[in-house]
Amino acid sequence: MNISLSITKNIHNWLFSIMPEGVASITEMVLIAVVYLAIFAVAGLYLVLLERRVAAWFQLRIGPNRVGYQGLLQTMADALKLVSKELTGTIKADKFLYNLAPYFVIVTSLMALALFPFTQEFQAFDINIGIFFLIAISSIGVIGILLGGWASNNKFAMIGAMRSGVQTISYELSVGLSLITMVLISGSLQLSEIVEVQKNGWLIVQGHVPAVIAFMIYMIAGTAETNRAPFDLVEAESELGAGFHTEYSGMKFAYFFLAEFINMFIIAAIATTIFFGGWLSPFGITESIPILGLFWFLGKTLVLIFLMMWFRWTFPRLRVDQLLTLEWKYLLPLNLLNIVLMALIVWLNLTIQF
Amino acid sequence: MDTTTIKSNFKSEEYFINMGPQHPATHGVLRLLLTIDGEIIKKVEPDLGYIHRSIEKMCERDSYQQIVHLTDRMDYLSSHINNEAVCLTVENALQLEIPERVKVIRTILGELTRLASHQLWWGVMGMDVGALTTYFYGFRDRELINDIFEETCGARLTMNYNIPGGLMFDIHPNFVQRTKDFITHFKTKLPEYDRLLTGNVIFQKRMKGVGILSKEDAISFGASGPVGRGSGYSCDVRKHHPYSAYNQVTFNEVLKTEGDSLARYQVRIEEMWESMAIIEQLIDNIPEGEYKVATNAVIKLPKGEFYQKVETARGELGVYINSTGTKNPYRLKFRSPGFSNLSLLNHIAVGGKIGDLVASMATLDLVIPDIDR
Repeated sequence: MNISLSITKNIHNWLFSIMPEGVASITEMVLIAVVYLAIFAVAGLYLVLLERRVAAWFQLRIGPNRVGYQGLLQTMADALKLVSKELTGTIKADKFLYNLAPYFVIVTSLMALALFPFTQEFQAFDINIGIFFLIAISSIGVIGILLGGWASNNKFAMIGAMRSGVQTISYELSVGLSLITMVLISGSLQLSEIVEVQKNGWLIVQGHVPAVIAFMIYMIAGTAETNRAPFDLVEAESELGAGFHTEYSGMKFAYFFLAEFINMFIIAAIATTIFFGGWLSPFGITESIPILGLFWFLGKTLVLIFLMMWFRWTFPRLRVDQLLTLEWKYLLPLNLLNIVLMALIVWLNLTIQF
Repeated sequence: MDTTTIKSNFKSEEYFINMGPQHPATHGVLRLLLTIDGEIIKKVEPDLGYIHRSIEKMCERDSYQQIVHLTDRMDYLSSHINNEAVCLTVENALQLEIPERVKVIRTILGELTRLASHQLWWGVMGMDVGALTTYFYGFRDRELINDIFEETCGARLTMNYNIPGGLMFDIHPNFVQRTKDFITHFKTKLPEYDRLLTGNVIFQKRMKGVGILSKEDAISFGASGPVGRGSGYSCDVRKHHPYSAYNQVTFNEVLKTEGDSLARYQVRIEEMWESMAIIEQLIDNIPEGEYKVATNAVIKLPKGEFYQKVETARGELGVYINSTGTKNPYRLKFRSPGFSNLSLLNHIAVGGKIGDLVASMATLDLVIPDIDR
């Protein structure tokens, strides 16, 4: 029995029974948006907590464990503090853009979340150009960072923002191309369909060599896109103080901060959906109990998130020219070759199907 | 059009940026006035004085016993060695015969200080190039040394253990055993440092060929300590002008000829091995005897000029005392290693990126109170 589905169906039917059709669908959209917003604000906070605990584990520390059981309320308390903090800003900042920037970042991160099939039928927005939409949306986030850095009228923020622009635009290519490599084998841009295709084996298995290469490129470029170490030149606290969000405080800073973690979730979720079969279990029993799909999806995503945290707490930071060298001289040519390889494999039917 | 005219058509504008006095990379209140073109450093001008406490002037007011305590606050990571420098100067001036026991204990504690300082430097060095985890590894091991100091000297950072004529009190009964335990522990942990940071590809790329300082420049800038030795300049005071018990031990002066950031990094890592070797040679045969010789309650140095240099964790610390025969020095001057080492920052950072500046500055291992005094 599909419990989650029946609940949403009931709400849907109830809404349409008490309202005219247009109002009902708008109400439904707003409801879904609110639910998503709430879920991911909380999810973002818990990712922050996870990161802090993981970091502590890497660093021979204990990490936050005082507020709530094992520190479970720590980030809630932090968020409360940030909400109640005064919003300071620079006098000579471009006020409009300065205030606008955090919303660009947080809204684009939340928009991308609507696309993921968390489990069967649990997907807010299933469009046939899903991957294209994801790539497009993730490019908008950098505008927020650029605006924030430029509008704060601070040279450190400005350097951080320019670095971010350079970095995101470069690594966008690798993210896009490695996903396109996988689209060649899945044959669809629609995320739900990509998961369906993987019932014959995860795409990373189906596509074997080029898929593994694409996954590695994707993880490197994805980490760079989220501006996390070893690609955290944007905030590089030993070089730029706090980088682009130097002048932000309180909730506006929290938006940037939260967006980083939601972006990390998105990058891991894309990898889960495209390379590791999304909500499909490795043993093929999710069909009968759909709620298990959520477990598998989140489990795989968390493993990948852990991988990204692992990067962050072990690697030093690259220099800005090394960052660009890595992308333009190594990843991009490799990626283009990889697409040709994948095309050959699909053309010659060398994929592994179970 | 030739390349120069094409280049001149692109306008590149230099701009000024203020790094510090409160900036995470400058480890204190150092202020750097940077002239930057995009990401490329054009000029670095250190601006000093934010933590100037006129220690040298205060010394003219204080008695020789009191001066020792002021030196803790200069290079606080080598506080024991700073104390020792002043004590040695005063003892030399008085021509006191210092017991062997004091000399050996001072040497052991000096090397422990050097180890602690290098551990902290290593942790912070990693942080400056973006590897935050190193900090906690460095501090884990430094904590054990601090515990040893706490037990013997009663303090963890500003030791105040040396007095003119010897030591303030005898070593703690646990001292020998704990030091041995620490050496055994750290011998297994130091390779971990290499595994975590030194061998990392990103780290190597960040450090190799960056911030190059030639041997000639090292000498002309007055570089000392690991900075000088990373450029192949043999400047170890412990080797060339042995003081305390350094003439009783055998150790290598670590020299690298590359002169880049990685060389300075490796010099410090290898120095940690050498420091452990020195301690191992001495810890089992601390001679019995007095832990101090009696001095007058009011020390008056004979008229004249006295100079003594020692090797702190950062390089050569010189103490110059000009005495007129009273209970205070007429003039006291510290030759601090950090000041000379900072002076070459502009030389090694120009032409590099902002990231390079931070990385090279980290390998200079600056302690700002040591520069400002």
